Amino acid sequence: MTTEARAEARTDAPARVAAEGATDGLSAARVSWSASGRLILDGVDVTAPAGAVTGLLGPNGSGKSTLLRVLAGVQAPSEGGSGPGARVAFAGADLLALPRRRRARTLALVEQEASTDLPVTVLDAVLLGRIPHRSLLAGDSAGDRAAARRALDAVGAAHLADREVTTLSGGERQRVHMARALAQEPALILLDEPTNHLDIAAQLDALRILRVLADRGVTVLAALHDLQLAAQHCDHVVLLSGGRVVAAGDVRDVLVPHVLDPVYGVRTEVLIHPRTGRPVLTFEPAG
Amino acid sequence: MTTTARPVGPPATTAATTGRRGAAWWLPASVVVLVATVLVTVTVGPADLSVADVWRSIATHVGLGGALGLEPLDALPDGMVWELRLPRVLTAAAVGAGLAVCGVVMQSLTRNPLADPYLLGLSSGASLGAVLVLVAGLTVLLPVAAFGGAVAALATALGLAGAIGTITPTRTVLAGLAVSQLAAAATSFVIFWSATGDSYREILSWLMGSVAGATWTSVAITGVAVLVLGTLLASTGSILDAFTFGDTAAATLGVPVARVRWLLLVGVALLTGALVSQSGSIGFVGLILPHAVRLLTGARHRLLLPLSALCGASFLVWADTLARTVFAPREVPVGIVTAAIGAPVFALLLWRGRRIA
Repeated sequence: MTTEARAEARTDAPARVAAEGATDGLSAARVSWSASGRLILDGVDVTAPAGAVTGLLGPNGSGKSTLLRVLAGVQAPSEGGSGPGARVAFAGADLLALPRRRRARTLALVEQEASTDLPVTVLDAVLLGRIPHRSLLAGDSAGDRAAARRALDAVGAAHLADREVTTLSGGERQRVHMARALAQEPALILLDEPTNHLDIAAQLDALRILRVLADRGVTVLAALHDLQLAAQHCDHVVLLSGGRVVAAGDVRDVLVPHVLDPVYGVRTEVLIHPRTGRPVLTFEPAG
Repeated sequence: MTTTARPVGPPATTAATTGRRGAAWWLPASVVVLVATVLVTVTVGPADLSVADVWRSIATHVGLGGALGLEPLDALPDGMVWELRLPRVLTAAAVGAGLAVCGVVMQSLTRNPLADPYLLGLSSGASLGAVLVLVAGLTVLLPVAAFGGAVAALATALGLAGAIGTITPTRTVLAGLAVSQLAAAATSFVIFWSATGDSYREILSWLMGSVAGATWTSVAITGVAVLVLGTLLASTGSILDAFTFGDTAAATLGVPVARVRWLLLVGVALLTGALVSQSGSIGFVGLILPHAVRLLTGARHRLLLPLSALCGASFLVWADTLARTVFAPREVPVGIVTAAIGAPVFALLLWRGRRIA
């Protein structure tokens, strides 16, 4: 874990500065989104404190990815049927009203499926994260390249810098996508299933990186599929079902049988990990 | 497009790394190649003109004759160089540069390695527009009509691809094929209907492309289009880079995706219209040049765009030189030469890209 030590020893000024003013982190209210008449998100309220890892949980199709896309400003929220519309605030600023490029310097989104067929090197892929920080006509500066190298260092992928992205394994590619997001130097990072398709070591690696970021004051909101991982690694969780928030709060309060069982249609048992004191979940079919 | 873990490949990226290292030399080198190409190819031809005579004619016309103490050439050989050959070479250079830039922009914006003005039907649409106004006797409207045809073809192709379902590279190419075939058939029909006598040659030069009839007006139209539109498009390197991992990634990097896509595609249609109005639809330049240059220098658009333009210019000048000399005194449309080189490359791309189709 030498990378972790290195990453922690480094300072990341923009993230720190943003974190100091951002005691409240991310706070979204009344987020709705519908596609061809079908309501995918129905008035969702989410908060994600700064300096913590917040997990976004829910069964398939519960609206996790859509929520992240709306929060990231990629999709505009639908108009509320009645009453005031969606509001997404981060560090006191209205995120959806920010100019695009400023928003891109504030938040980064790590998508679930982002691939390319182009022969780009890892370093060039990470340098894309610097685009919001420089003029669109300018090339990357020495400062940009240094920031990209730092981001690669932080995810333990410095040795991949000259490889082509298309030749990487799933775990390596996930690290590169995280590094690209880190190169944006965001104070808020949204991740859609960052552990998907990864083996267990790579999953733990990804979550360790999120923890390092949170310790630096970054607000982390990650959609996760695996409740067990969420129980071990998240500080807070938000549970979505059918486009609504069913429960939100500390993992010990949300990951309990009477909340999970109706949502997932399973029977849950919660044990307590003898060393960490965190919940350990086991599942059986319902009925 | 799957992201499931593939086996770790060998670290076979030394080529890309060395490409980066030599990056500073590619642009000046390709400028030198282009200048040399123009100076050499303009001396190649059936008429019995020496290299010295050709350069003497050009030097005289650009006003260097007096300074260099050169005697002007006789009227006939002088006209052959200045009125026929030089406009033709320069038009080929401008068309090649413009088509290559269009290809890069389209491939990047549609994330489709097979996108280019010819395959997606823009060139055929532009040809149809051009032929329609020529038949109607409205020659002044030529570039405008070609632009209109290109825009209509682009909108139809993308609309058709979208109507089938999600826009995938394969669907886009299929839709483009339908549009381009229809536009080509309509072009042939219009010429057949209106022309008398030797209409085959005319049909062929619109469908296969030809710069045989290039004049200084052609040089002006294609040259200005490439200098203005081509330079604008070629300056969008960072924006196109942002699309590397798709629309969402571009949006999170602060790029207004929908607006950028439409602006740039209209720019591509404008440039294609201007080029096709002078050269007909020349295939494969916009397709293969960007791929060839990517193999040399990697996918970064800030280098890829200008380099593709310069290489595209040299490529089309040489292709046209082949077209007018290989079967001399007969001439083949330059599109036959580019297709003969481009089709095998296209097949190779299809084969290499089969997992994304």
